[in-house]
Amino acid sequence: MVKEIEKAGLPVVHVASILPISKTVGANRIVPGKAIPHPLGNPELSEEEEKKLRRKIVGKSLEALRNDIPEQTVFEW
Amino acid sequence: MAELKIAHYLNQFFGQVGDEDEADLPPQQKDGPVGPGEALDNALGERAEIVKTIITGDGYFNENKARAREKIKEFLQESDVDMIVAGPAFNAGRYGMACGGVAEIAAELDLPFVGGIYPENPGYDMYKKFGYFIETGDSVGSMRKGIADIAEFIADYIDADGSPGTPEEAGYLPRGIRKNFFREERGARRAVDMLVKKIKGEEFETEYPMPSFDRVDPQPAVPDLGEALVAVVTTGGIVPKGNPDKIEASSASKFGKYKLNGVQDLTSEEFETAHGGYDPVYANEDPDRVLPIDVMRDLEEEGEIGELHEYYYATVGNGTSVANAKAFGKEIGEELVRDGVQAVILTST
Repeated sequence: MVKEIEKAGLPVVHVASILPISKTVGANRIVPGKAIPHPLGNPELSEEEEKKLRRKIVGKSLEALRNDIPEQTVFEW
Repeated sequence: MAELKIAHYLNQFFGQVGDEDEADLPPQQKDGPVGPGEALDNALGERAEIVKTIITGDGYFNENKARAREKIKEFLQESDVDMIVAGPAFNAGRYGMACGGVAEIAAELDLPFVGGIYPENPGYDMYKKFGYFIETGDSVGSMRKGIADIAEFIADYIDADGSPGTPEEAGYLPRGIRKNFFREERGARRAVDMLVKKIKGEEFETEYPMPSFDRVDPQPAVPDLGEALVAVVTTGGIVPKGNPDKIEASSASKFGKYKLNGVQDLTSEEFETAHGGYDPVYANEDPDRVLPIDVMRDLEEEGEIGELHEYYYATVGNGTSVANAKAFGKEIGEELVRDGVQAVILTST
């Protein structure tokens, strides 16, 4: 789906829990998710800490969108 | 005395009746081999002989499938044959489809079938499970080799008592039939051996080839994210509570488009996950953990992004067929472009 949206002309970031899948299928801008059941969260943290984490991951996604990339790039956080 | 009696199926051209002008020829039968059948009969020597040739126009077969099948089946039932051979059809589509149809008839009559075909011929993929298709080139230029290969396969088939073995061993195109068998060494051993070879940079053969995926050129960066309209999409199945569009928990056949209506934060009262492939507890407790609306709203307010798109899109990425995923992505992409969206964050579980 990510590739089709990009084909339509939009930069896309894939926040993906399973990195190898995203890489193999060929997403260009990739941000690792925290875990499969909660890619943008962590139930072990307090609500406040969790929101900070979510913000960090989304922040990385925005960084990916702000950058031109020559090829598939994983934006680690 | 030949071991095997064969009925050979040919189209109107190879059956030497005519060309495109005779494409509407209804099924005919002749005793003995015709055209390429003669070469095949020779190549088979004493092992087998072509006792009958069935000829049908390519147009007729494909446009009158039921009648053609009935007639051909009749011809075969009247004859005393042990095997049916068809083609080679090379890359001729209608001919390949006809040969495939004949393979299906052979299977109904419990007769072994051998055909010659070019792998891209649609007749191969559609009918491969009904018989043995031997690979040929794409045109009549490869006739001689095709006939030789078919003859060789038939001889081996007779020797193997009708159980030729795997496609690689016996030289036929894969039929898509799964046959369980025991290997000598256990899987863990074979996997480790393969891995060691890979690490050493040595050659190894995979037991299961992976599909290859195409690549898309990365779109340029968003020039000014602080002014941009950004949309979120998820395959994690976050939908309004009650899953109004009934998106399936697995093998989703659709995606949903939902208006955020100014929602600042996803809650368990109003949203849920429809995804059946991960433990839903955390996503149901706080759907922002999969679709980060709360943070997107903060960033919108702070001017990090221009605006969060009023719609989000969701589907379930659990066993979703590649074809469906592609179609969803295409439609969603087109809509987003139409709505002036400039960047997308897509979350997956």
